[in-house]
Amino acid sequence: MELPIVGLPEGGPALRVRRKEAAVNIIACVKQVPDTETLIKVKPDGSGIVEDGIKWVMNPYDEFGVEEALKLKEKLGGDVTIVSVGPARAMETIRTALAMGAEKGIHIDDPSLNGADAYTTASALAAAIKGLPCDIIFCGQRAIDGDAGQVGSVLADMLGLPSVTLVTKLEIAGTAVKAQKAIEGATVTIETSLPCVITAQKGLNEPRYASLPGIMKAKKKPVDVKNAAAIGVTATVKAKVAKTVPPPARPPGKILQGDDPALKAQELMKLLREEAKVI
Amino acid sequence: MAKGVWIVAEVRDGAYRKVSFEIASAARKLADELGEEVCAVLCGSGVEAKAAELGKYGVDKVYVADNAALEPYTTDAHAAAVAKIVKEKQPAILLMGASVQGKDLSARLVGKLATGLATDCTALKIEGGKLVAVRPLYAGKCFGEVAFETSPAMATLRPNVFPIVENAKAGAAEKFDPALDAAQLKTKVAEIAKDTSGKIELTEANVIVSGGRGMKGPENFPLLEELAKVLGAAVGASRAAVDAGWRPSTDQVGQTGKTVSPNLYIACGISGAIQHLAGMSSSKFIVAVNKDPEAPIFQRADYGIIDDLFKVVPEMTAAAKKLMA
Repeated sequence: MELPIVGLPEGGPALRVRRKEAAVNIIACVKQVPDTETLIKVKPDGSGIVEDGIKWVMNPYDEFGVEEALKLKEKLGGDVTIVSVGPARAMETIRTALAMGAEKGIHIDDPSLNGADAYTTASALAAAIKGLPCDIIFCGQRAIDGDAGQVGSVLADMLGLPSVTLVTKLEIAGTAVKAQKAIEGATVTIETSLPCVITAQKGLNEPRYASLPGIMKAKKKPVDVKNAAAIGVTATVKAKVAKTVPPPARPPGKILQGDDPALKAQELMKLLREEAKVI
Repeated sequence: MAKGVWIVAEVRDGAYRKVSFEIASAARKLADELGEEVCAVLCGSGVEAKAAELGKYGVDKVYVADNAALEPYTTDAHAAAVAKIVKEKQPAILLMGASVQGKDLSARLVGKLATGLATDCTALKIEGGKLVAVRPLYAGKCFGEVAFETSPAMATLRPNVFPIVENAKAGAAEKFDPALDAAQLKTKVAEIAKDTSGKIELTEANVIVSGGRGMKGPENFPLLEELAKVLGAAVGASRAAVDAGWRPSTDQVGQTGKTVSPNLYIACGISGAIQHLAGMSSSKFIVAVNKDPEAPIFQRADYGIIDDLFKVVPEMTAAAKKLMA
């Protein structure tokens, strides 16, 4: 049965909110990134990193977002749509999220979007999400490759939605949203309402592993693959990494010799004060 | 043409966050090179009188939005206020602190101003009259030099990296109306629970004492806390220690935790997994205490002690006490 279409509150974007009792339409954005144990090698010409031999995984912060999306769906009913911008290999990450329990995926795959900045990536996500029924969007607080931490906020701005970043605790009652985040020296509780964008921080939950039946089922779940033209997005450059360089080399260190822990500790403290001048 | 180097100052509980002076000093340096002015945006409630203080660190002019809706910080209100004045005056460069607030605000401004942002920068330079921002990628496994195609070129600066330099300028306040539309303010702060434990924030700490799997359990972390207390340090942890449930996730240093740049990082019982090294390699001095001579942490350490941390750390605390007395 077709669900009634409910309009958005004032100032809302061209999003349609469909709601049947408490059921929620959830979107979780994911990015495929090199595993944290990857040694990053810079190409000799500084044009980027060597991708050979990299093990690709779902961005760990996106896992928290997907987990929260699934928990919310299990509590309130509804479905979870995974959206990812990335090359062909990003399909594995979408399938991983489907294996965790999401219903369907949208894969935006276009060479012009590879290595795009946050503005372009958010434009692509916004274009793919616009027109979908959507109550809440989850993103990781940042991706561990570019470490920009921008996409969730930019996406929210483009869709005219409120955003709460770095969320470690989330409560939803009706359309009321209560989110907790850590700032320097305090924990802040922020109130907003659906629809909104939440960026997930470590501590929000413990992401589940995909079960074997989940993995089997995921293979048959629908994933819509679209290029930039299909969603009407043209890549633009606002900021670009013009050159990638290895980290500055550290001079070789000094191992303190001797058998007596007390003497070594004293020598260390002396070096920290007199040589390094840091205490 | 866009002109001027701008900063967004950060005030909490009536006082500037230290990073505000760091970005003001960095902005002054860039502005002098370009022969331009430094302007600050100051948003809050009852903050006008604070404008002059920014002059001490090289700020020529301060645009002040004084409005009850700007205190405490909310994304909506601050992003709207800053976007309004920036659109009107069109600076070439806009710097913020890479604090929780600065990162939240700057990302939202990318949407509002349709421009580029380099997050968590560790160096800035001017090339051909334009900003080039250097920032860690993959949590510091490599660095990227970011060039901008649009203005303002936005960058957030990692706290504790850019020196504070006194350079007295006018710091003249000019009020502006942030024209906040209540319908657009969709987030509000319900509660701010301050951490009263006196804990020092990891990303702002000058000294960090960190523990890993070698700590063997949560019951042993007081050893590090004692040393930290003597050194005025924050206590961090490796992912192993956090995932084991020994320490809260807010204490985690590394690629999936916090990236830190203290003057001194003391790693105790941390082997130095790649993802941990990524998060702390930009520390100015690194000390490693580990009984495994093969631990990769020793390749990054300036000073290493190959020994049992349970014997060494209490001696370090005792030695530090004597030295600090």
